[in-house]
Amino acid sequence: MSSTRSRVAASGQSPLLGTAMFAPAILYIALLIGVPFVLAVLYAFSDARIGSTTFHFVGLENFRSILASPSFRQALRNSIVFTLVAQAIVIVCSNILSIALEKPFRGRGLIRLMILLPWVAPVSLGTIGWKWILDSIYSVFTWVLVSLHLFKPYSAPMWLGEPHLAMASVILVHCWRLIPFSTVIMLAGRSAIPREIPEAAAIDGAGFWRTLFQINLPMMAPILSVAVLFGIIFTFTDMTVVYILTAGGPFDSTQTLPSLAFATGIQGSDLAAGAAISLFLVPVLIAVAYLMLRVASRSEVV
Amino acid sequence: MRRRTGRRIAGKSLHVLVLLFFTVALAFPFFWMLIASFKQNVDLYTVENNPFFFHLAPTLTHVKFLFTQTRFVRWLGNTALVGVLVVAITLLLSIPAAYSLVRLTGRWGERLGIAIFLTYLIPPTLLFIPLSRVVAILGLQDSIWSVVLVYPTMTIPFSVWLLMGFFKSIPREIEDAAMVDGLTRFQAFLRLVVPISISGILTVVIFSFTLVTQEFVYALTFISPESNQMVGVGIPIFLVRGDVYYWGSLMAACLIASLPIAILYNSFLDRFIAGFTVGSVK
Repeated sequence: MSSTRSRVAASGQSPLLGTAMFAPAILYIALLIGVPFVLAVLYAFSDARIGSTTFHFVGLENFRSILASPSFRQALRNSIVFTLVAQAIVIVCSNILSIALEKPFRGRGLIRLMILLPWVAPVSLGTIGWKWILDSIYSVFTWVLVSLHLFKPYSAPMWLGEPHLAMASVILVHCWRLIPFSTVIMLAGRSAIPREIPEAAAIDGAGFWRTLFQINLPMMAPILSVAVLFGIIFTFTDMTVVYILTAGGPFDSTQTLPSLAFATGIQGSDLAAGAAISLFLVPVLIAVAYLMLRVASRSEVV
Repeated sequence: MRRRTGRRIAGKSLHVLVLLFFTVALAFPFFWMLIASFKQNVDLYTVENNPFFFHLAPTLTHVKFLFTQTRFVRWLGNTALVGVLVVAITLLLSIPAAYSLVRLTGRWGERLGIAIFLTYLIPPTLLFIPLSRVVAILGLQDSIWSVVLVYPTMTIPFSVWLLMGFFKSIPREIEDAAMVDGLTRFQAFLRLVVPISISGILTVVIFSFTLVTQEFVYALTFISPESNQMVGVGIPIFLVRGDVYYWGSLMAACLIASLPIAILYNSFLDRFIAGFTVGSVK
């Protein structure tokens, strides 16, 4: 009897110690994520500016003015377009790449490192590399096109200087950065499929495509959605790629919500409008968080 | 039979082709940095020259310029210092928190853990405006202490989540036995659980350190003097003088700063992925 009781005491919960051990982390998160988040909401309804310590509430004034601004509408549209197009390309490419990487082969470790470089190296530095590749005069793409006689020297397109090409460039760099991440997540998903199932399907006469679409992809659905959800967050909330590559230009054509929030709130000193712009990220974040929880709880039941 | 062999060869060459294509496409910018780093300016800026070849002898000028005429070394030092401090803060706060949420708080500890994980989804681009004000009020703007204060908000949530996974896999009996032998719960945690979890803790160390080196938005927002910059902002912003790009040294800087971080991160990648996918793979 007493031994059972001591075991219960030992493995049971001790709320006081427990609270003391997690309180610092929770406090930190509350003070430096929770409070700033509340501040962001407050600022969005105020006239806060860099340099003045007081601010007044102005109701929906900031939202009214940003919704009327063409830059904002362009940024909202771009953020959505960049995220959706990049995710579509990333899913297809990383699926193909994860199939190619699945079986062991000689040199796989080195190939994996080279494939992963875009994800594991600092994003701002990789993007600068692209800025050189896409340079208006010395671009290697331009050189190749000119030497193939597709363009005359000095008449090739400016990759980052024309709106549609600049948008394509931003999407390209986002894909370049996310394909490795998505690939390793899918590799993890593939390795979790019990080998017997695709083998049994092959014996029953299912071909490559049928196995892919009717067995592998459905079984990988939860992990696939994790890759997509993280991918959406990484693209939708990213400012680094756009800021370094084009700084939102030419003429706001590649502006996104985060880069516009930075340009307005920090560079333009209008904290209130900047905060209001960045709040438009929140609905997407909430949707992603909700879907992530559903994925997690579903696979727990299975 | 012959048709089968033909198909197999086709499949094999397709496999090689796919791998080749993606490897070249994904690694190309780094290869391009390497070439630019050692090219003489005359060669680099002659449009007619085939950019894939060296038309003049390779040079170390750009690398020398980088180390002697710019603040590159200072940025590396700043980044390393901030990295160490952020790692220390992250470990100090997240190890006890993760243990507590797994062992001491029962069912709602689990839920709190998930809530903490979700805060990982809150991006810097949502918080940088109010945090810039917080940093200013605390008098930390333009100093590396601003990012020391703020970076743990990005490292703690994911670290707690990763460590919760590790602590869950440790059998309760180990602590129970130690406590029957007279250790307190906290002593059992310090002397038994922490040493067993060293590989998980190491993963958190690498994760937090690389995150510090990769961050851009907060450093750009909080710090303006060139000498106090972090490497991820210093290189793309301050190696450009006005409109003049020193491409050779810029590319050398990117390469030198990226490769060690990339190799470090790569060696721990599988464990991070396990953290990302907890709950969606069994």
